[in-house]
Amino acid sequence: MAALLDVQGLGKRFGGFTALADIDLQVAAGERLGLIGPNGSGKSTFVNCISGTLRHDSGRVTLGGQLLDALPPHQRTRLGLARSFQLPRPFGSLTVAENLRVPLLYAGATKLSDAECRERGMALLGQVGLADKAAQRPRELTQIEQRKLELARAMAAGPRLLIADESMAGLSNAEVDEIVDLLLRLNGQGVTIIMIEHIMRAVMAFSQRLVCFVAGRKVADGLPEEVVRNPEVERAYLGE
Amino acid sequence: MTGDAPLSRPPMGTLAFWCWAAAFTGVVYLAGRWVTNDYVFFAGYIVLQYVLLATAWNILGGYAGYVNFGTAAFFAIGAYISTALNKWLGLPLPVLILAGAAVCGLIGLLMGGLTLKLQGVFFSIATLALAIVTQALITNWEYVGGAAGAYVIRPSRGPLGGSYVEYLFYTMLLLATLAVCIARTVERSAAGYGLAAIRDDEAAAEAAGVPTMKLKVATTVLSGALMGAAGAPLPFFVTYLDPPSAFNLAVAVNTIAMPLVGGTATWIGPVIGAVLLSIVQEAAMVTISSAVNLLLVGLIMIGFITLAPNGIMGLLRGRRR
Repeated sequence: MAALLDVQGLGKRFGGFTALADIDLQVAAGERLGLIGPNGSGKSTFVNCISGTLRHDSGRVTLGGQLLDALPPHQRTRLGLARSFQLPRPFGSLTVAENLRVPLLYAGATKLSDAECRERGMALLGQVGLADKAAQRPRELTQIEQRKLELARAMAAGPRLLIADESMAGLSNAEVDEIVDLLLRLNGQGVTIIMIEHIMRAVMAFSQRLVCFVAGRKVADGLPEEVVRNPEVERAYLGE
Repeated sequence: MTGDAPLSRPPMGTLAFWCWAAAFTGVVYLAGRWVTNDYVFFAGYIVLQYVLLATAWNILGGYAGYVNFGTAAFFAIGAYISTALNKWLGLPLPVLILAGAAVCGLIGLLMGGLTLKLQGVFFSIATLALAIVTQALITNWEYVGGAAGAYVIRPSRGPLGGSYVEYLFYTMLLLATLAVCIARTVERSAAGYGLAAIRDDEAAAEAAGVPTMKLKVATTVLSGALMGAAGAPLPFFVTYLDPPSAFNLAVAVNTIAMPLVGGTATWIGPVIGAVLLSIVQEAAMVTISSAVNLLLVGLIMIGFITLAPNGIMGLLRGRRR
């Protein structure tokens, strides 16, 4: 089966610093992929290049066979690539429900009516457990609620591929489990998910396959249990 | 935008709002026919001109959060296009207004395409530069009088009967009402949500599928066109147009102060700010001196920025919670 996301030879430099070098990565439709790596290993740069926030210098990225390289971020979103941000970035002047309304209005393939927007937005909020907060402003939400809003807003774009960029940093153990459950449920609905995470417990519980970046290179790609035993990965995390 | 708040009354539909606005315009028109003192129309014109300018500015500055310091440029270009076309072809006022709006919309397109890649304060500085460049160009445009200025003959009677100033007042009434209706329509449409998203977090807006560049350019065109329309009747109102009066500092300052004082998030804010501030200034001009105007505006603006950054509407909304 052809890969949903196909990244070939991706490279990105900032001046003389090579942030990403020659990354190859294929993600199959419906897969749950974990992406790990120490700080500064290029995970966020990778997300930014895939989603279009940064332009990569070399290589090619396709989603469902469609070349993404020259497209601005909003067109990639419309093609089915949604992301959540590392630090939640809600639309602060809009209510929680209106936050979802933006992608519902803009990212969908078909134009939704007012009632459809409301209905779908409330359904998504129900799914992440924020239905009773619909009329509140994002700043009134707790940390975990803001993370859920971030994921719900990404889901409102109707993605085929969701990139969850460290959506659990700073959460308690119970809250981490809650987000992992949520992501597993979304995956169960057919959404392919790339989880970028430092919390190994969450990554191991979630991922079917694990990829590790070290200093802008992919050093491991395989079954999670094998990747964490990989000597290069161990060295990167634990030192010599 | 509190459309999803479960307890608030359902907002008035767009069509209903346009109907109410049309009715309001009709009532003011009929009331105006009873007024015989031309001063009322002079003062009223100024108030409505500022409602139009503040509303036009707010579509970009308030909804999208892109602060345009170049209002004076759009306003003056509207006035000078109208002066030039009047001298050349002697076209009727509505045509001059359309021409001023079209040219300023085009300038908005060019300016937007060139400068909207710049975010935040850099965009604002670029608009300021536009105002300076435009003033230099127009000061050297001999056909419309250059630095010396040009006299424009104001017809003594308006086409509707009554004085020409009365006609100018009704024209401005129509333009201002139209602008407010457009602003409210934009605010409640998908574009309104897209602009609010841009204002709050542009990268997140883009990630949510909002075509931020396209939306910003379209908004700059609309905002610029409305400012151009505001300037087009000016030559007939002042009858003598020179660069210092067209590029008046008061216009630039007022246009930003009014939405800030009223509140930038919704259509009503600039209207309240414009009516309030222009009446305060008009009163100060008549009772104290014509120089104290801008001082007052400056003080009021400082007061609001420090004490009520969300303007009068922000204060009212805070009270209700």
